[in-house]
Amino acid sequence: MSVLIDERTRVVVQGMGRHGAYHAVACREYGTQIVAGTTPGKGGTAVEGIPIFDSVEQAVRATGANASLIFVPPAAAADAILEAADAGLCVVVCITEGIPTLDMVRVKALLASRATRLIGPNCPGIIAPGVRCKIGIMPAAIHLPGPVGVVSRSGTLTYEAVAQLSALGLGQSTCVGIGGDPVAGTSHREALEMFEADEQTQAVVLIGEIGGTAEEEAAEFMRQHVRKPVVAFIAGQTAPAGRRMGHAGAIVAGGKGTAREKMAALSAAGATIVESPAAIGAEVARRIGRRAG
Amino acid sequence: MKLHEHQAKGLLTRYGVPIPRGRVAYSVDEAGAFAAELGLPVVVKAQIHAGGRGKGGGVKLARTFADVDAHARSLLGARLVTHQTGPEGRIVRRLLIEEGLDLAGAREMYMAVLVDRAQGRPVLMASARGGVEIEEVAVSDPGAILRESVDPLAGLRPYQARRVALKLGLNGSLLAPAADFLLRAFSAFVALDAGLLEVNPWLLTAAGRFFALDAKVELDDNALARHQDLVELRDVSEESPLEVEAAKHDLNYIKLLGGNIGCMVNGAGLAMATMDIIKLAGGSPANFLDVGGGANADQIRHAFRILMADADVRAVLVNIFGGILRCDVLAEGVVAAARELNVQVPIVVRMKGTNEAQGQAILRASRLAFETADDMAEAARKAVAAAGGTR
Repeated sequence: MSVLIDERTRVVVQGMGRHGAYHAVACREYGTQIVAGTTPGKGGTAVEGIPIFDSVEQAVRATGANASLIFVPPAAAADAILEAADAGLCVVVCITEGIPTLDMVRVKALLASRATRLIGPNCPGIIAPGVRCKIGIMPAAIHLPGPVGVVSRSGTLTYEAVAQLSALGLGQSTCVGIGGDPVAGTSHREALEMFEADEQTQAVVLIGEIGGTAEEEAAEFMRQHVRKPVVAFIAGQTAPAGRRMGHAGAIVAGGKGTAREKMAALSAAGATIVESPAAIGAEVARRIGRRAG
Repeated sequence: MKLHEHQAKGLLTRYGVPIPRGRVAYSVDEAGAFAAELGLPVVVKAQIHAGGRGKGGGVKLARTFADVDAHARSLLGARLVTHQTGPEGRIVRRLLIEEGLDLAGAREMYMAVLVDRAQGRPVLMASARGGVEIEEVAVSDPGAILRESVDPLAGLRPYQARRVALKLGLNGSLLAPAADFLLRAFSAFVALDAGLLEVNPWLLTAAGRFFALDAKVELDDNALARHQDLVELRDVSEESPLEVEAAKHDLNYIKLLGGNIGCMVNGAGLAMATMDIIKLAGGSPANFLDVGGGANADQIRHAFRILMADADVRAVLVNIFGGILRCDVLAEGVVAAARELNVQVPIVVRMKGTNEAQGQAILRASRLAFETADDMAEAARKAVAAAGGTR
């Protein structure tokens, strides 16, 4: 099985503008059940054969959607997440980049009392090749069904790791892009927890980056609860302190959040650390092989 | 977005946070006039977007008008080097002329508000040990830093502000004004959509009055769209011209010191990983140019132009994983830019993903001397060799 999504996943796309519609179609072509879209004021119309509703609530009532994919612009994205949660959706994937941090702080506090699992924002989404379900913007063609779980803050670096795995015949159970923002719905630790509990997943690739302490928290959890092999890469080993490296979260500040610290914590917890981003796939092959043997 | 001290203080006063009286001067004459208006002594403070100004000689006490004149003359237009500016320093273009408060018997404390990423909520930090680098305190005496986690839906509650004040020993008649200061600073943080609000030193005078003696406010770039009045506080002269130029085209450019390989990459994580693998191959990146997820050919051209404007670049490494950004679009942009700019340095291109084969065909058909590579490691090795070998 995959984590978070499966063949019963029915997706409503929030924000069916050009960008949203393009990806809605790409997800549908891959196999995802895209059952509805929302654009306030456009209810009753259809885009690419996808029925459009004025609200998530209406979409859920009419189509039985249980997950959402958000492309709403940053100023309204926090509201879109809360609307999806209010409509009772289990999984909400927010692609939107550039949401104000304090908006996400409030969203996180409001989601704490709900069962909704938020992925992102500022992320590529989730894909489970075994059930041909993707809720996101990743290129589907590089993925294969298989035993490796992938969790990452970065989009294209995840694609890089996935392409390496697939080239070696190592498919993926689920790839979870948790996003590069400082405040995110799902952490590395939570993704590890899901992969540890998932029968299909035999090994995990954890891709982190400088800034914050999410990788250290994942390491702490790993030490106590994770039996599966974990291969980790931390981007930004050579980043200068005090410079924000693209992602709002990627900054070494006050001497904290360095790649060295994260690599040491993960290594101490039993993860195999790869220093080269070109060696991720080969290292997983080595770990799984060794485990099987 | 970073702000100058005088701008940060100006914003804090909107929320009733007490600051010393002051005026910002752009010339020696203005400095003198404002000193006369404020009354001696005054403090002359260089305004640059970097900390460590005091130790770097950018903050000077003036007891006489001759002092004001001398300090303003020595600072305005000069390069101020602090531990945060790097060896090249920053040119001082404006001064804050501020009333010189009586520091005899005063206490210098510290307070800050920021978002605690691990908790995903705001945290109020405070310490009795202000006036020094808080990072040093965090290392030498972590117990001296108080942390009060704040429920973002409730905001900082008065009892929490009092709890922090009491732990700092601010009791009796000091308790109410101390808590008031913290509550006002917190409300400023929220109202401004700040990423960081730091008051250091947070001054308590012998007369029992609190002041933000120095203040640092960083605004959340993502929230600026709803703060049009704050956008104009941006001082582009404090930013690198190429970074400003890149931002105009929705590109993210970061200059790195000491390297010679220009890097064009899509996505921040892949960009950092590319820097890492260049270092592993024995080279050093000159910069980091992230064209983002869905760049068009025009943006690719601008990206190349910005990369080539960096005089340190001896070779270019293009490392793109095509998702939404298709490899054929990338290749067209790279070919057009290489022709238009008549690029003389070697260009190593590694691209994977959407329309990879079409992209490769475009590069070959151009008959320009691109080096191509299949994976990141090979690309890095070739770029390092092309830039003149390991260093």
